[in-house]
Amino acid sequence: MKILYFAWIKKSLQISEETINPPKNIKNVKSLIQWMSLKSKKHKEVFLKIKSIRIAINHEVVDINKKIKKNDEIAFFPPFTGG
Amino acid sequence: MIKIQKKNFSLSEVNKKLLKKNSGAIVTFIGIVRGEKKTKKIQSIYIECYLKMAEKELKKVEMIANKKWKLNNCIIIHRYGKIRPEEKIVYVATSAEHRKNAFKACEFIIDYLKTKAPFWKIEKINSKEIYVQSKKKDEKKIKKWGSII
Repeated sequence: MKILYFAWIKKSLQISEETINPPKNIKNVKSLIQWMSLKSKKHKEVFLKIKSIRIAINHEVVDINKKIKKNDEIAFFPPFTGG
Repeated sequence: MIKIQKKNFSLSEVNKKLLKKNSGAIVTFIGIVRGEKKTKKIQSIYIECYLKMAEKELKKVEMIANKKWKLNNCIIIHRYGKIRPEEKIVYVATSAEHRKNAFKACEFIIDYLKTKAPFWKIEKINSKEIYVQSKKKDEKKIKKWGSII
């Protein structure tokens, strides 16, 4: 599973992407975030701000209850400010 | 036509592509980098982009606008990377048989880009880099389009 980070999230974590292999009981975005929060202090601090983070799975914006699959590309980012 | 690119582009070149025999109206929107923000000089901006997702979203909004307003042509160009004041960030052009459709489509596309396309702006002011915050008014504007999306 590929995880991508953008904007201030990338800056806080100091990485733009990582490949993870979560356990089988991690079935949706919410449980993935809880599991990833245990990875490091930086991850925990970032995911505490989950209300200001948006999520996309395979380039589609999803909510926190969306189910995840092994080969998904999951991106975490703040609201968009382009245009 | 959609393009996501680092390079600046010539307006006259892209405008030429809009002329079609049955077009009676062409509307263009050009978003540029401001030189100042609350009297503070903006040195440059940097636009970060989630390229694969941005391509999908730009294609999606182009398709919706073409279908809804029967456009003869639609061009969307969004830049990323470092951009200096007075340079172009985004270009949206719509051509249609009548002006009403061209205006509506252009307005819809830019409202969509503001809230649905994965770009993030960083402003460089006094050598400090600050992420631009999203605006509630942009969220309100896209909701007005309701069932179109």
